[in-house]
Amino acid sequence: MEEFTEEITERGPNAPQLPEEEPETPEAAQESIADRTRILSPAHLVLKRFFRSKLSIVGLCMFIFLLLFSFLGPLFVPWGESEVDRTGGQPVLNIFEVQAQDENGEWYTVYLIENYTPETNIHAGAFTYSKPYEDSDGTMQPARLHLLGTDENGYDIFVRLMYGGRLSLILSFLVVVIYTVIGVILGGLAGYFGKWVDMIIMRIVDILNCIPSLPILLILGAIYDGAQLDLAFRIYFMLGFLALLSWTGVARLVRGQILFLREQEYIVAAEALGMSPMRKIFHHLVPNVMPQLIVSMTLGLGSIILYEATLSFLGLGVAPDMASWGQMVQRATQNTSILNYYPMDWLPAGIMIILAVLSFNFIGDGLRDALDPKMKR
Amino acid sequence: MVKYIVKRVLYSALILLIVSMLLYLLIRLLPMNYVEQKFLHSSLQGTIDEEELYRIKKLYGLEDDSFLGICRGYWGWLSAMFRGDMGTSFLYDRPVTEVISEHMWVSFGIALAAYILQFAIAIPLGIKAATRQYGALDYATTVLAMIGISFPSFFIAILLIKVFAVDLGWFPVNGLQDVTVNWAGDPVGLFFNQLWHIVLPMLAITIVSIGGLMRHARTNTLEVLNQDYIRTARAKGLSEHAVIYKHVFRNTMVPIVTMMAGIVPSLFGGMMILEQVFALPGIGQIAYRALTLGDIPFIMGYNMFIALLTVIGTLLSDITYMIVDPRIKITK
Repeated sequence: MEEFTEEITERGPNAPQLPEEEPETPEAAQESIADRTRILSPAHLVLKRFFRSKLSIVGLCMFIFLLLFSFLGPLFVPWGESEVDRTGGQPVLNIFEVQAQDENGEWYTVYLIENYTPETNIHAGAFTYSKPYEDSDGTMQPARLHLLGTDENGYDIFVRLMYGGRLSLILSFLVVVIYTVIGVILGGLAGYFGKWVDMIIMRIVDILNCIPSLPILLILGAIYDGAQLDLAFRIYFMLGFLALLSWTGVARLVRGQILFLREQEYIVAAEALGMSPMRKIFHHLVPNVMPQLIVSMTLGLGSIILYEATLSFLGLGVAPDMASWGQMVQRATQNTSILNYYPMDWLPAGIMIILAVLSFNFIGDGLRDALDPKMKR
Repeated sequence: MVKYIVKRVLYSALILLIVSMLLYLLIRLLPMNYVEQKFLHSSLQGTIDEEELYRIKKLYGLEDDSFLGICRGYWGWLSAMFRGDMGTSFLYDRPVTEVISEHMWVSFGIALAAYILQFAIAIPLGIKAATRQYGALDYATTVLAMIGISFPSFFIAILLIKVFAVDLGWFPVNGLQDVTVNWAGDPVGLFFNQLWHIVLPMLAITIVSIGGLMRHARTNTLEVLNQDYIRTARAKGLSEHAVIYKHVFRNTMVPIVTMMAGIVPSLFGGMMILEQVFALPGIGQIAYRALTLGDIPFIMGYNMFIALLTVIGTLLSDITYMIVDPRIKITK
């Protein structure tokens, strides 16, 4: 890659003083020019372009916030991931709306209001506290804050948001890394060797593209459930298979780039130097595909988070006591009274999903513009 | 060209064959087959004995779960398929093709309406945003488009239901038509009633997918705007209006037309998630039920239908690409 040089053009009182006396040797003259110019490496230029865009800065800030929120956040909150607030609580109103018609044909709306106090503190409002209670060994436990209230199981929503974020972020990174590695290896082999290797790999890509992924994941989920394996592990199984189904895009990208790069002079030179194919592919070809790969990985992270949510919606997500954003939103589709009367149960989780996906999309978009070699400045 | 298409079609046939094999194998690996699920209650109560169950399984062709049995089952499905018989759905008790063609049009209608809405909004906005790059409009459309694609589809669906159906009461919560009204003899009323019912699903689809299209239109327009012939057109003294709407617009349409051919599968294939949230009797929801209950002929039929549509979509988009852009040459 060529190196870009940029001249510092500063005017005014702080401008560097030009040397008064004539330089004695040519070297000294060169030095003074070197003082006044700054050599920017390609990476510097990319960073500069990236930070010039406001949207990518917003995306980056959102991403850092989410990271801190979900990884450091749990250290500062009084509740655990699947800790149920058993201190009983405020009376819970269950409101049922019934339409009824009397003998004169007049319509009435009847509200059945059920008022009971459950054992667990369910559907507590935001900013309410649990009751202080005496532990089994006689120590008093203080009242603890529910920042966003509790859900219908007595879990603290705010804390579940943190743990859900942890799960979503870890899973999406894992899946994207796995399928990118598979895609780079297979795409690299296909593009470099061509002929029958290319033929076989690209036909596998075609086959995987034809298989609709959602029905397949549904079938796989049913198979997993049938095998009576640990429910806590199911989401990893599902997303593992998702990774096995989604490397095709990366493989195509890498193959296309390598087909193009293979004809470049520096690969001919590498050939003449007698380099091994592996070294040529992974040291000289793949690094040149990196910009596009980074962009596709960033955008991929968001889509995996969406996939996790969709799987939760279909009942193929995490185990019920584990927290996940998708599962929290899904509650609203299962139970209309949650949808209508308890927006705190599902709205924050939905907003978190959007924030996470949005931050990856902003960063990915900013990176795409920043890494575009056609942009000179 | 013809040779190329024939070659592609042959390849596609091979791909579809392998896809069908994999699918069949996977479906037969399901832990509970259709008969076991259907008679689970009776067999737990003891009102049906093993022999009877075996007889019914044999009737459905599910008695042998060994690898050989699965192969035989697949062969039966394949040979029936070549005779043009997709089999009879276990669950719906009717030929698979009939079930698909009945419910397909519901999904198709909604998807078509949503696509028309999307293209009508996204392309003009995308082009406008590109011509005023880094302007206020550009930023606004970019941000809105990104927010749209960041929504999980079921989340936007429940938000729309909550706001527009439950709180405001403007639209029905779900379903395709009012079931309390007898629509026989009132096709116009039925049509408008259905139209009213699909507004929210249509909006949901549009919100989650308009962003991609808008970005696509914007990127392509930007690329075209940097071309030499645009500079030439401006240098000739053409008005900016003529440059944008004659020269730029037509060249921007090249990739978009090819993309249109690629949406074939999503036009007919239904939306499994949204149809469930809105309780629409589209193909996606029908397929979801079949999938959860192990209705082998229907799952095979539906998935092969999607796979076929995907193959046709890619082929069509490649062919349209060659037609609209004569610079593309066939190399292999």
